[in-house]
Amino acid sequence: MTDLWKLTAHEAHEKLRAREFSAVELTESVLERVRAVEPQVHAYITLTEDVALEQAGEADAKYASGMATPLTGIPLAIKDLIVTRGVRTTAGSKILENFVPPYSSHVYETLRRAGAVMVGKANMDEFAMGSSTEHSAYGPSCNPWNLELVPGGSSGGSAAAVSGGEAIGALGSDTGGSIRQPASLCGVVGFDPTYGRVSRYGIIAFGSSLDQVGPIGRDVEDVATLLDCISGHDPRDSTSNPEPVADLLHYLGRDITGMRIGVPKEYFIAGMEPGVTARIEEALTLFEALGCHVDRELSLPSTEHALAVYYIIAPSEASANLARYDGVKYGYSDRSAGSMWANMEQTRAGGFGEEVKRRIMLGTYALSAGYYDAYYLKAQKVRTLINNEFAAAFQKYDVIVTPTSPTVAFPLGAKLNDPYAMYLNDIYTLPSSVAGLPAISVPCGLSEGLPVGLQIIGNFFDEPRVVQAAHAFEQALGWSNRVAALSGASKHRDTQV
Amino acid sequence: MSLSRDEVLHIARLARIALTSADVERFAAQLSGILDQFAALAAVDTEGLEPTAHPLPLSNVMRADVVTVSLRQGEALANAPEAEENFFRVRAVLE
Repeated sequence: MTDLWKLTAHEAHEKLRAREFSAVELTESVLERVRAVEPQVHAYITLTEDVALEQAGEADAKYASGMATPLTGIPLAIKDLIVTRGVRTTAGSKILENFVPPYSSHVYETLRRAGAVMVGKANMDEFAMGSSTEHSAYGPSCNPWNLELVPGGSSGGSAAAVSGGEAIGALGSDTGGSIRQPASLCGVVGFDPTYGRVSRYGIIAFGSSLDQVGPIGRDVEDVATLLDCISGHDPRDSTSNPEPVADLLHYLGRDITGMRIGVPKEYFIAGMEPGVTARIEEALTLFEALGCHVDRELSLPSTEHALAVYYIIAPSEASANLARYDGVKYGYSDRSAGSMWANMEQTRAGGFGEEVKRRIMLGTYALSAGYYDAYYLKAQKVRTLINNEFAAAFQKYDVIVTPTSPTVAFPLGAKLNDPYAMYLNDIYTLPSSVAGLPAISVPCGLSEGLPVGLQIIGNFFDEPRVVQAAHAFEQALGWSNRVAALSGASKHRDTQV
Repeated sequence: MSLSRDEVLHIARLARIALTSADVERFAAQLSGILDQFAALAAVDTEGLEPTAHPLPLSNVMRADVVTVSLRQGEALANAPEAEENFFRVRAVLE
């Protein structure tokens, strides 16, 4: 069998169980694809071929002994802010360019116990601050649908790897849309679970009240399988939630007749591309055909403030979290000046990129004496308002459906010099992040030949209903553009090969 | 909202980031522009609302007081830019 790299995880698992091929053959197929397209896509910061083949060998032993799980032998891309013992982890930053973690994150340990295979560490905007991967210190990733376009971000490498065939699934992280927006732009599925559903132990911190790890995959079933594996309480993260974990695979293929869907008016704004509006309207019609009650009159009036709330709270938390990069304990260190303080300032000036500095400064300002009440405290109060509006909506609706992003993928460089225009990419994904709610992005068709994503938001810990709605929608739509065609000219073509 | 050069330098000092004078100009303009977009927040009525620090606050998270495995000294120092006699080495803090 050829082109094994095109399979979904659940297809691959069935065939591995049936001994149609081995896990080593599957991993070799993915690595061969990586060798062919990575010079153009640049989905990875670090490739771990030797680790992958060794892990694939162990996976074959698990299949032979009947110890295999649905993820055993499945080649995955791991976002490079997920620490992996003995494997360089940079968070897309020069300041961690030589950092080799002495321990592993909870999610990586969990995947390893399940027998999953790591292909490499996926590219990302530095410290997850960005919506295009252009803020990576290691160069941007390209969108496999058209190499001249961004894959979205910050988990753009993870989404590009899955869409481009360089991994069968991936882990990303989402603070304000960093899983869902790249999934939308790359035509794959991405799920940001409820805050606290997945342990943040060993996740390089950005905004601690917002960060969540989640899966990216080629279909809803793969994403549900990955989320099932990594979910659950972990005493090493005190914000990890003890709420029992549901078996998400149980909610696949279920009827959604009678499901109550709210569609917030405030999400249909100027700046939304006509092709995106059209696909979302068709999606709502499809939900009605599936027997759902679709109410387009839902109002979430504080939606317009989510962007300001997020871009005050996330940078504030980041300014505290990133204080640890001082060039003393690990990471890049500039020791050219005479004093410790001057070295620290030079280390941070030389080690952090432009966007990270901008956000640290924004957060430092919002937390500083005289401005704390006007910015940080005010944002926290408006956050309560946003939460209350969602809570009221979930009294009436089972799920809320919106677009994931106002646009399809945009050209590399188009928004790089206008930070606020870049922030606007996340306008539809920020509100549920601020509230800590689970939200998935599933492909809902094409606009001008590029994928459009549909976002389904659920109530706290209602991942089951989100999966149920997303799977029913995906099956009814019949989406099958799982691996992209790699058209266009990559900016990496000449420089990387 | 317009940030002055001195304000930008003050923030940079608090954040321990050295800036060139070109950086100061650029950040003053960009940060002022971003803060302008946040101005509408001031008009939102938040009377009587408690601030949200965490979406799902868990309080008094306890664990048993049991010694577990931690990093060995060598592992903790392995990424150090400079180490000496099992310590992280830095330049003199006090002159």
